[in-house]
Amino acid sequence: MALKASQLKVGDTHSEIVVENLSRTQIVMYAGASGDYNPLHSDEVYTTQAAGYPSVFAHGMLTMGLTGKMLTNYVGDGRLTKFGVRFTNQVWPGDTLTSTATVAELREENGQKLVDLTLSTKNQDGKEVVSGSATARIDP
Amino acid sequence: MADKITFPVEASHIMMFARAVGDYNPVYHDAEAAKKTDAGGIIAPPSFAQAVAQFDPDYHLRLHKGKKWFGSAKGPSGIEGKPASSGGLHAEQHYEYIRPLRPGDVLSVEIKPGKTWEKESKRAGKLTFRERIVEYRDQNGELVMIARGVGVTTERPVDQG
Repeated sequence: MALKASQLKVGDTHSEIVVENLSRTQIVMYAGASGDYNPLHSDEVYTTQAAGYPSVFAHGMLTMGLTGKMLTNYVGDGRLTKFGVRFTNQVWPGDTLTSTATVAELREENGQKLVDLTLSTKNQDGKEVVSGSATARIDP
Repeated sequence: MADKITFPVEASHIMMFARAVGDYNPVYHDAEAAKKTDAGGIIAPPSFAQAVAQFDPDYHLRLHKGKKWFGSAKGPSGIEGKPASSGGLHAEQHYEYIRPLRPGDVLSVEIKPGKTWEKESKRAGKLTFRERIVEYRDQNGELVMIARGVGVTTERPVDQG
């Protein structure tokens, strides 16, 4: 269901838990689907012993994908015109992530109503792992 | 990375990608249900274009015939003396959508280098940022999506403190 400009106001928010207790298997599924087999994401031996990290960690793009799930659940299918993120902290196995979209602006371009959103995904400690923004076409 | 790639968009690939991001929305895997949505059929999730890596003949983060792999095997790395960095981390990703990607699309993908800049960081030493612009055109030559990615190479592993 598409959002309606008439029912939205600046400051409205939508939040979802996008992953609970992130599993290494979910990270491996992302490696397989995306084609990014960087061992930092799936090879605990390499990552701890050769690369010097405490454990494997999620692809930034997995966190973007999880954030995108919240976003499309909110704005509807095929409605996005823009979606961008910065990866601000790493995401580790066991993390639980909550993504939030906040209405920043409602506007119109060539007769099409648009909503600008700011995005934030935080882990269970309240640390932001992704910050971003998006724009979607909405109904009047 | 190659600078031109052909990217066939396939329904099974979209289904696998959607599962990988934990998104069970039927618009990504159920053709009948997808017909009844706003999208009018199966579409790809918003970050699906990242999977173009599968079609890049030179993509360095998968195994290649006859090439040593830097992940663990008998030892912690398959390449002796391999530096700790695997070539960088992802700092930013931005997409502009003209229309959603759909199964059956055959995309011509063009990769162009963008800006490069440096920054000093307490957690990882000198950071070098490199931008890349990727344009996706469909089988009719129409631009359907533009991606802008920023990668960062760090002087040392990111301090977790």
